[in-house]
Amino acid sequence: MNRKRLRIIKRIFGLYLPLAAFLFFALFPFYWMLISSFKSNPELYDLKAERLWIKSPTLEQFKELFRKTEILHWLFNSFFVSFLTSLISLTLGIMAGYALARLKFPGAEAFGLATFITYLVPTTLIFIPLAGVVQSLGLTNTIWALVATYPTFLIPFCTWMLIAYFKSIPKDMEECAMIDGCSRIGAIIRIVLPMAIPGIIFSGMFGFTLSWNEFVYALTFVSDTTHKTMSVAVPTELIRGDAYFWGELMAASLLGSVPVALLYSFFMDYFVSGLTAGALKG
Amino acid sequence: MASIARTEQLGVGRWATRFTRPDALTGYGLISPAVFLMLVLLAYPFMLAVYISLSDRILGEPGKFILFGNFLKLFQDTFFRQTVWNSFIYTITTVSLKLTLGLILALLLNQDFSHRNLVRGALLLPWIVPTSLSVLTWLWMFDSLFSVINYIFMGLGIFSKKIPWLGDPFWAMVSVIIVNTWRGLPFFAVSILAGLMAIPRELYEAAETDGAGELRQFWHITLPLLQPVIAVVVLFSTIWTFADFQIVYILTHGGPLNATQIFATMAYDVALVAGRIGEGAAISLFLFPALLVVIILMLRYLRRD
Repeated sequence: MNRKRLRIIKRIFGLYLPLAAFLFFALFPFYWMLISSFKSNPELYDLKAERLWIKSPTLEQFKELFRKTEILHWLFNSFFVSFLTSLISLTLGIMAGYALARLKFPGAEAFGLATFITYLVPTTLIFIPLAGVVQSLGLTNTIWALVATYPTFLIPFCTWMLIAYFKSIPKDMEECAMIDGCSRIGAIIRIVLPMAIPGIIFSGMFGFTLSWNEFVYALTFVSDTTHKTMSVAVPTELIRGDAYFWGELMAASLLGSVPVALLYSFFMDYFVSGLTAGALKG
Repeated sequence: MASIARTEQLGVGRWATRFTRPDALTGYGLISPAVFLMLVLLAYPFMLAVYISLSDRILGEPGKFILFGNFLKLFQDTFFRQTVWNSFIYTITTVSLKLTLGLILALLLNQDFSHRNLVRGALLLPWIVPTSLSVLTWLWMFDSLFSVINYIFMGLGIFSKKIPWLGDPFWAMVSVIIVNTWRGLPFFAVSILAGLMAIPRELYEAAETDGAGELRQFWHITLPLLQPVIAVVVLFSTIWTFADFQIVYILTHGGPLNATQIFATMAYDVALVAGRIGEGAAISLFLFPALLVVIILMLRYLRRD
């Protein structure tokens, strides 16, 4: 009896209470974002009201957002840029990843190393000269500036993830296919890619998320309202001088967060296994 | 003589065929698009960064070559010295916080409980959601008048008076540290959890039969076997945090009184707001030594495995 009680106490203090604290810390900002975006302005700025709950939920903030701002443009730009860049990077990453995992050629090892190193290069190290390069390519102030530059951090990531996946696929099956008259490229498309699907989905999805969340390049290369993506438009277009429209800001943040949260909830199994595989393989 | 020349020729020929074998040709074909993009949009801008940092270029004018003028000027600039100090404080504090809390969280998540996958997923959210948008929520939570954090903690009687989160140099640094820890913690927890799950259970069973308690098991089995994962995670996080931009840019913009200015935000202000491109590029380049150290340690670590 006493022992059982001791075990319960240990379980409460050693698991449930600390876990609840971590969950509160991680999730409270999202709760606050959610309830702030469904409050009316008088309720939002009423210091005497019960603030952790909504008295009269309203869609007012969302209506204002769609009426007054270019939010549809921003959402579209985010989708367009993220989809296109993750597709490009996935294609080039599959090509390079396969070459480095399977083919022996002089310089392969050096290129693998370079891939890993470029994966570590922070965007803030080169954004100033890159702005000049983007300008001389005539891309400043268009979403094409982002389509061109995002692959520089997505390709190293995709390549690095996919090398590990390709290496885990047994060589024999491709070799059999090639003996049976399949070309190398044919063997890649028919044998290797279907077997690497979990890795490909994870890389593509994570690439999409990285693009969707990118901030530094989008802030530096694009200043036209209609060409901005969500991550930059919300903090720069909805804050004007000292005026903060918190209801609209929170509603827009919610709209910008939901797509990646949804994407990730659908593919969570791939995500966790991919992330842990990546962490273990380093 | 003739035979030597022939063998040499053969050697060169054999050496050359290594590049033209079908496998090699396919390989070069497959990597060339990636290599091309990386050269134009990564290697070239990096060299350009070095070149620009050695000039006094300002917006709209090419400027002239001044060698290390920008760097010498920066070393004497008290604002810049504070930026260096802030960057180190920011990185060291957040990485140690993320590591300690991440280890605790991973140990919690490694236990059996119901809805474990749901909890793991929920805890990853801060890392998945666009940082600029979640940081806006923190900005609202730190608001000088409406801060919900002050509302809750004063309501619970934990704070006796309002904390001026972003309005005071000390608390502003605390604020950016809290938010960075919040954002990066999931990455640490999930990676360390993966490391924990890879440790064979038999080791613990053997230790238990030998009479080792939980604390000793943790110290002699768990920690040593987690070391590789921890090293990789810490190195990644160090360079990301050192080069961080969004959290400071949105929360404090480097203020108040430069108290939270770090390399990337100062480089942005100097180059793109004030228009002193050469000097801004020089500030950005201070991230390079940190990157180099991380790369060297990482390669040394990965080689050893």
